Amino acid sequence: MTGNIMIVGVGGQGTLLTSRILGTLLLSQGLDVKLSEVHGMSQRGGSVITYVRYGEKVYSPIIEAGQADYVLAFEQLEAARAVGYLRKDGCLLVNTQKLEPMPVITGAMAYPEGLLASMQKRCRTLCVDALSLAEQAGSAKCVNVVMLGVLARQMKFSVDAWTQAIRTTVPEKFLAMNEKAFALGLQYSAE
Amino acid sequence: MKELLLGNAAVARGAYEAGVRVVSSYPGTPSTEITENMVRYADVDVEWAPNEKVAAEVAIGASLANARAMSCMKHVGLNVMADPVFTASYLAPPGGLVFCVADDPGMHSSQNEQDSRHYARASKILMLEPSDAAECKAFTKEAFSLSETFHTPVFVRLSTRVSHSQALVSLEEPEVRQPAPYVKDATRVAVPVNSRKMHIAVEKRLEDLRAFAEDCALNRVERHGSRIGVITSGISYMYAREALGDAVDYLKLGMVYPLPSRLIQDFAKGLDKVYVIEELDPYLEEHCRTLGIPVIGKEAFSLIGEYNADMIAQAVLGKPLAKEKTEPMEALPVRPPVMCAGCPHRGVFYVLHKMGLHVAGDIGCYTLGANAPLNSMDFNVCMGASIGTAFGMVKAQGRAFGQKVVSVIGDSTFIHSGITGLIDIVYNRGNNTVLILDNSTTGMTGHQDNPTTGKTIRGVPTKQVDLELLCRAIGVDRISIVDPFQVKELEKTLREELQADEPSVIIVQRPCALLKGVRYEGRYQVTDDCRRCGQCMKLGCPAITRKDGIVSISPIQCIGCGLCANVCPFGAIVKEGSR
Repeated sequence: MTGNIMIVGVGGQGTLLTSRILGTLLLSQGLDVKLSEVHGMSQRGGSVITYVRYGEKVYSPIIEAGQADYVLAFEQLEAARAVGYLRKDGCLLVNTQKLEPMPVITGAMAYPEGLLASMQKRCRTLCVDALSLAEQAGSAKCVNVVMLGVLARQMKFSVDAWTQAIRTTVPEKFLAMNEKAFALGLQYSAE
Repeated sequence: MKELLLGNAAVARGAYEAGVRVVSSYPGTPSTEITENMVRYADVDVEWAPNEKVAAEVAIGASLANARAMSCMKHVGLNVMADPVFTASYLAPPGGLVFCVADDPGMHSSQNEQDSRHYARASKILMLEPSDAAECKAFTKEAFSLSETFHTPVFVRLSTRVSHSQALVSLEEPEVRQPAPYVKDATRVAVPVNSRKMHIAVEKRLEDLRAFAEDCALNRVERHGSRIGVITSGISYMYAREALGDAVDYLKLGMVYPLPSRLIQDFAKGLDKVYVIEELDPYLEEHCRTLGIPVIGKEAFSLIGEYNADMIAQAVLGKPLAKEKTEPMEALPVRPPVMCAGCPHRGVFYVLHKMGLHVAGDIGCYTLGANAPLNSMDFNVCMGASIGTAFGMVKAQGRAFGQKVVSVIGDSTFIHSGITGLIDIVYNRGNNTVLILDNSTTGMTGHQDNPTTGKTIRGVPTKQVDLELLCRAIGVDRISIVDPFQVKELEKTLREELQADEPSVIIVQRPCALLKGVRYEGRYQVTDDCRRCGQCMKLGCPAITRKDGIVSISPIQCIGCGLCANVCPFGAIVKEGSR
């Protein structure tokens, strides 16, 4: 069986670093791993998706509709966009932060109301105010690692393995802050 | 040892292990990280060239002087380097010579969706196509060796999902190679008398390569005892494996030019149905058809965009990949890419929009100026084209049109191929106005240095092209330098330069907000003086939003550039703590 984790957010929210920490973790468990990333134009404040797939042998680097075990979402609207990628009993972990896309800023479209409730109706959904926790850890930029902590609680890997993966991936300068962000995410209990 | 590597990083690793000595490229998504990763290897002479043509020429020269050399580019970059590449095919220089080209099916970051495999056939150059990072390394290594064995340059063709996916790669020790001393060989002067002989050798080489393709390990048959066969290559193989597993037989082609006709015929023999699964053009499909094999190709699969496993499962097995899925949510607002908060380009497009000018666009972050609410780009074509196209428009519409159109081009793109367009305008007595958006970097591809930044790819200080002196040297007499955040001054300068009946260049200078060392102090906020005129909303800044008519600036998104304060007619936007 292939495990599938999808990370979605807005360009600049650190989906790349998150998928790389996950990749390092999964590699340390002796698994085959494939990650798919987004670079270039789409990174500039647009919707960004990275895929993490692992198992005995992984072929495609892409997660498709109905395949994801987890969707880790750094923003509400991006979470909503990714819901259909979850398998029936998959789990959505969503940072409740809202970032308005340009069509909303220009007034061409409205930011949808009641997204969280609609998502909760469709699938198992954990809502997290990751922004507050990230600020508590030292920077709004750590939202991604807070959410990784929330994911860690759902998965079977040891905290040691997660910590090790963070240590080998995150630059020294930001390590303490990210370790704190991870710990806050890990402690977070929405249920 | 195994490491998780990006496809592009694996290409770099493969070249390193093959003992590559020279790598010269121009950045272009999705190929950029290959060359960026070469920096990890101290012994390799790696550089950013001003454009792909020069990059290819440097690699060809290094190969002529017996070194293993590589040049990497995106698909449209191959168009720029095509001229030297086609003749390099004839010259067959002695050092292993690899051109690594990354296509972009689905156009994640490109202006078109061309299929570079046609180039292999047109230039008669061997082409390999890896399916993941492990193959990226292995095939790149193999490419150098094949180049020297068969006296040919070799293409390694990637696509976005191969370039930008990570997979496990086994690392091996690099070969240590010293280029043999250079000896002149005048038969390599490509004049007709020599080229006629070289062409004969090229055709002979292709015969040898066709024979090689039949048995080489790069092409692989996987039998699962099925009555259905799939012929595929590159990322499509991975999608097919994902979708169809062991339910079909596979012919996975790692070498896509020249193709192994006998192998294909043998594979198809006895099968009830043969599908050809390939993104973009029916390249493999057409070859199969010339062999008389009745394959199923583009009637079942699209010519357009990326493939996925679900689409293949539906077409071949008649059922979706996932049995049950969570119900998707519909009609959500899209989130297109935008200029970042603090982007220096924003001021330029705000002014161009306000003045209602026609804008001939170019390739870079500033292409985002086409999107709402800035909406100020008429079209774009390719790298450097903003200048020549605007000149052509003035020729078509009459000289007075020169007052209504501007060219907008970045610093790196101007050096790449904008300068020649400007020379054309000066030489042929045009009156166009060209804006060079100098943000001190190559932004869109992720901040590479270029000849105007004063640093090499390794960060070593070097000479810096002086854009003003360069324009002056080619005969532009009217040159101004403006800060794009001083919108009034920029507008005034534009008005003056558009009026002038001679070529003008406006160098709009401010560094990219994402560059290290670019720091703005504080954050801005909206005060009670706001009259809700909406002027600031015309900037399209992701930090500025409006709810029920009330404008606010997100303290998380704002980086403190202050452009909004410059455009507010009521002084209602101020720095936090300034009142």
